[in-house]
Amino acid sequence: MNDHTRSDRTRSDRARSDRARSDRARTDGPLPGDTGDMDMAALFAFTSADQETLARLHRTLEAAASRQGLLDVAYTTVDTPVGPLLLAATERGLVRVAYDCEDHDKVLDTLAATLSPRVLRAPRRLDTAAREIGEYFAGRRTGFGLPLDFSLSSGFRQTVQRHLSQIAYGRTESYKEVARIVGNPKAVRAVGSACATNPLPVVVPCHRVLRADGKLGGYIGGLAAKTALLNLERAA
Amino acid sequence: MDMKRPFESIVTAHAQTVLRVCRVVVGTHDADDAWSETFVAAMRAYPELPQDANVEAWLVTIAHRKCIDIIRAKQRHAIPVDEVQGGPSSLGIPGAENHDLWDAVKALPPKQRQAVAYHYLVGLPYAEVAQILGGTADAARRAASDGIITLRSTYQGALSEGAPR
Repeated sequence: MNDHTRSDRTRSDRARSDRARSDRARTDGPLPGDTGDMDMAALFAFTSADQETLARLHRTLEAAASRQGLLDVAYTTVDTPVGPLLLAATERGLVRVAYDCEDHDKVLDTLAATLSPRVLRAPRRLDTAAREIGEYFAGRRTGFGLPLDFSLSSGFRQTVQRHLSQIAYGRTESYKEVARIVGNPKAVRAVGSACATNPLPVVVPCHRVLRADGKLGGYIGGLAAKTALLNLERAA
Repeated sequence: MDMKRPFESIVTAHAQTVLRVCRVVVGTHDADDAWSETFVAAMRAYPELPQDANVEAWLVTIAHRKCIDIIRAKQRHAIPVDEVQGGPSSLGIPGAENHDLWDAVKALPPKQRQAVAYHYLVGLPYAEVAQILGGTADAARRAASDGIITLRSTYQGALSEGAPR
């Protein structure tokens, strides 16, 4: 069934443009009716579809891709008090949460390059994540029960990130404490970079890690977002 | 280095064009199915698509196959293709020119519909159209030319008639 894609693969750009050139040479003398493309947009306007139709078709694609196991990465965005968050999930679980300041298009490009180019806006897979995050920001949820996919991080960073979920809601630890707890007390800086590269901020609470002197340290979503999350958890 | 764009951006960029192609080739009624099957097949094959491929020509090629599958399935069930092609009544502005144009498209031989769609609607060069249709570029050019003459005169007729009937 994929014959056409296979033959497509063998075509090179050079051959393509050569063909286009000889094509143009042959069509120099116009046939009747072949009188330029000026009014083609107007002529074919009757075939164009409205946004509602395209949105409906997109939903059929989302469902079919999911059913056929093609939906390697599904994503959506949700509005939160700390700005729009991009949520992306593989079949294994939530794989990425991204702040607006990370540039969602860039994040999606990276997911396409590192996980799979089969990346589709498909909100249904993110329904549970979106609901739990909404409840968290409403102060009605203190922990997340979502399946998580840590495949964007590895080694020590992943060890640190997995530990972060053990820090209770409303509590904080210092980078130094985290280093000690994960069994590598000298790796304070490495804990810092593990937090800074947390692919699942908010859900994996790297915002609960502060400097030993009580100062905020860094945050992937910016210090204002870190402060907002800490205040939210303090108030609840 | 593989820096392929997310498939979503392919859908966003080409959803409208592929649907219009399907509408011309199989009619509005079956175009939705053809569209979905095209993008599902494209999504399946996307990771293997070469970096430098012409994505639009690739999608039109897939859409062409999917439309032929639909036409053949209809023929197997002995339903005349012309009758199952949806009319424009439920879609778009029910103006006289739309009606006449849909009728004119439906009346074209399949090869002319395809050639017109791929060359005049999408803008693929005749060599590319010939690759999709089979046959020579000249044959593709003649089919597109014959088809566009009919559509153009229908369109101009509708314009000069002016008001919807």
